[in-house]
Amino acid sequence: MRSLERWGLLGLAVVLVVALPTLNALPAGSPLRISDFTLNLFGKFLAYAILALGIDLIWGYTGVLSLGHGVFFGLGAYAMGMHLMLEIGTRSVYRNVLPDFMVWNQVTELPLFWKPFYSVPFTLLAVLAVPALFAFAFGYLTFRSRIRGVYFSIITQALALSTWLMFNRNAMNLGGTNGLSGFKSIFGFTLNSAATQRGLYVATALCLCGAFVLCRAIVRSPAGRVLIAIRDSETRVLFSGYSPAAFKLFVFVVSAVLAGVAGALYVPQVGIITPAKIGVLPSIEMIIWVAVGGRGTLLGPVAGALGVNWLQSVLTTHYPDLWLLVLGGLFVAVVLFIPDGLVGTARKLLRRRPRRGDADARLVGRPDEGRRPEEAKPRTEVRHVQAR
Amino acid sequence: MWRPLLLALALLPGLAAPTAAQGAGASPSGAVAPPGPSAEIVKQLADVASADAAVQEGAAVALGKTGDRKILPLLEALREGSVYVRLLPGGKKETVIVGDKVAEGDKTLVPLFRAYGREPIVGADGKPVLADLTTLGEVPTGRSLRIAIRPLIDAFSGQSDLVAPDPATRRAAATKMGYTGDAAIRQVLEDALGKERDRWARFALQEAIALIRLRTGNETERVAAAEALGRLRSANAMEPLYQIASDAQAPAPLAAAAREAIKRIERWGLFTQGIEIAFQGLSLSSILLLMALGLAIVFGLMGVINMAHGELMAIGAYATFLVQGWFTAYFPTYFDYYFLVALPFSFLVSATAGLVLERGVIRHLYGRPLETLLLTWGVSLMIQQGLRLWFGAANVDVSAPRWLSGGIPVMIGVQLPYNRLFIIGLAAVAVGAMYLLLFRTDAGLRIRAVTQNRGMAACLGVRARWVDAGTFALGAGLAGLAGCAITQIGNVGPELGQNYIVDSFMVVVTGGVGKLLGSILAAIGIGGLNKIIEPGMGAVFGKVLILVLVILFIQRRPSGLFATKGRYAES
Repeated sequence: MRSLERWGLLGLAVVLVVALPTLNALPAGSPLRISDFTLNLFGKFLAYAILALGIDLIWGYTGVLSLGHGVFFGLGAYAMGMHLMLEIGTRSVYRNVLPDFMVWNQVTELPLFWKPFYSVPFTLLAVLAVPALFAFAFGYLTFRSRIRGVYFSIITQALALSTWLMFNRNAMNLGGTNGLSGFKSIFGFTLNSAATQRGLYVATALCLCGAFVLCRAIVRSPAGRVLIAIRDSETRVLFSGYSPAAFKLFVFVVSAVLAGVAGALYVPQVGIITPAKIGVLPSIEMIIWVAVGGRGTLLGPVAGALGVNWLQSVLTTHYPDLWLLVLGGLFVAVVLFIPDGLVGTARKLLRRRPRRGDADARLVGRPDEGRRPEEAKPRTEVRHVQAR
Repeated sequence: MWRPLLLALALLPGLAAPTAAQGAGASPSGAVAPPGPSAEIVKQLADVASADAAVQEGAAVALGKTGDRKILPLLEALREGSVYVRLLPGGKKETVIVGDKVAEGDKTLVPLFRAYGREPIVGADGKPVLADLTTLGEVPTGRSLRIAIRPLIDAFSGQSDLVAPDPATRRAAATKMGYTGDAAIRQVLEDALGKERDRWARFALQEAIALIRLRTGNETERVAAAEALGRLRSANAMEPLYQIASDAQAPAPLAAAAREAIKRIERWGLFTQGIEIAFQGLSLSSILLLMALGLAIVFGLMGVINMAHGELMAIGAYATFLVQGWFTAYFPTYFDYYFLVALPFSFLVSATAGLVLERGVIRHLYGRPLETLLLTWGVSLMIQQGLRLWFGAANVDVSAPRWLSGGIPVMIGVQLPYNRLFIIGLAAVAVGAMYLLLFRTDAGLRIRAVTQNRGMAACLGVRARWVDAGTFALGAGLAGLAGCAITQIGNVGPELGQNYIVDSFMVVVTGGVGKLLGSILAAIGIGGLNKIIEPGMGAVFGKVLILVLVILFIQRRPSGLFATKGRYAES
């Protein structure tokens, strides 16, 4: 059984990494050929799937709902975007070494924080390190002071809002509302060639496989069990001598790094990054991918990211007015009717009996976020009520 | 339109007197039995029709400077281009004003009026003379002429406004005349000042007189005027004073006086600005408080984070818009009172929406706060898009009732707008009502009991589910009230809720859950900080800084300003 699942996953990986790009490379006119557009779209969805895996780690497994993952996605995306901007060089509209929007805003010299992004290694490092450091600082402050539950969600949402506001400002020298766009090449390869795009797709698919393996390793390790324990009862974990804050900080940073990687893979494939992709609404949309697919499972977020985004691209092309209604309806329907998501529900239906040794199947069940709020209520002041 | 003009003449005998500057020509004095125009004026009336633009302009300005009210119609007609010349039987020409065109057959006929006083010209039969437009010679009016006569017309209309019954009109007229007036106007203003009783109109008159003296007086007068403006802390005088202070040719004592006055005015400006910021902060706080009250009570009671709270507020705002529409359509005469109907209406609409939301979906999710958060977010998206599809994506226009426009001047340069005062009052009343409800009624006792210990309260016979539904509706209704109030100070659009929701959550987090006093203090603090930071660093940095402050604050007090005391472990 176990090996069956492993073979299944491996087969899926082969399809994603090898089969799809091969089909794309077939000569034009061949009936099995996947168009460049479809492959590119799929590459974007796979980048989102990496992000969804990260969110699943922090929300599905640890029970911490972050409504600010768009920020980390944006940090990775902007880091990559800045490098691509610099790579344009004098091929820009204004034939200036500076990015066009800077010429436009009458910036005469490249701002200092842009300069290191000329270097490829620095950029790749920044894609990982900037979201990680930011998540560490933010997570340290919030987890240390035991901000949790909805408080944490609200604070991260405020973080998304303020980051969005900041990135919208021209004074930040990050392109303002228009963001970064007009990229020509990546590491020397022309971006608008089909071969480069195929390469990017393969890189994204490989990263997704890597992220999947990493997340699987984390949730199956002893640390992963602590994460699940934190989700189910943080206080008991604390009283058992573990430090929930350290575990949460760790997983928050990992999930931010995954989001950053997703952003960096997203930018060259889509060709533009704007603040609109990192604000409050995109951040919470990422949550719904995970919720639809099934939190607390690793296949769920991948399936959810692909499915919901596919639905979105179909609906926004044909019925643009309907999309927000459908998205809202998805939130309501998933929460009310399939709280375990598609994969979680399917798994439950398929096998009633949990297998031994599989952490997620045994402990996940239905993630239960402290069902009994009355126990959380203080016992004091009751006398005051009676005295009235 | 003649009555106020005649009234003006009667009240201001000095008005029509020939001015010192003009000197010549005895123009008719007073409103009693007006004699014909003087020879001088008759000549100028003819000159106005001159083909030579310079002569024409000179005559028009000279006429305007006489201060004779009967000249005003001519100047206005010149501006509109309705001045013509007609040939009299004796071969003489007469400048006339023509009225609205009347078509008769294929001819276009116009009634004629005298250039002086705009009295209708009547024929021998006593009927108004109608002339064929083609038999009249049009007087061309160039741009430079129109520019030259505009201040003259302003001065005339200002003079009638100076005796208007409404002090605000008198103030506005005085201020306007201060900008453009000359020595003649100054005399008018000084006469008006002698009769004026209203404090703010007096201030405007004094300011205007000083401004005119500063511009037209001799050197001693100008120095005195600069000092007077400094004493008045006149913000309107900053511009001319700056010019004098920076003018190298200005006499030394005058420049010194101007600089001194500027300093005084600037200091006062800082002070008034501070008051204004505090006031704006307070009104923003009131909105946040109305929002946060509902959020905090619901969260405290049910552990439900209602992400759709902002949309419930937007529903309240759109309900106000609807009520306004009904009043314009069915009761236009009572339009000013629409807001009084809109207040309870928006409360009820939002409360109903909240009740439906609670009964429909939220009650299935008690004890699962994160899922409720996602669900209510989904609901908020649907409401938002629904509003967009129904009312359009653009902002809708909600106009203020007359009794909410304007404001109370409290000191020089500070005016408290009625709409903001109203919102502050509304928030105060709402908080008061909430306090009474929670701490002085049985229903409030039940709400507090369920908040503190749901299971125990249920055991003692409190219908916890009913309390939940009622409280949720109450919180939604408060959001509706906030939405109704916000129509008076902000834009109403589908995204309205989103602009306030994050700030209101910050208030809830900072104030502590279910704590009335905490919410009030946090709302005042966050609203005030927003407005204090905004002018210096911009709204964006303001929001970021507040987020950082809230996070740092929570480091010290994880459960908000007023945490419930007691020993217990969460979850």
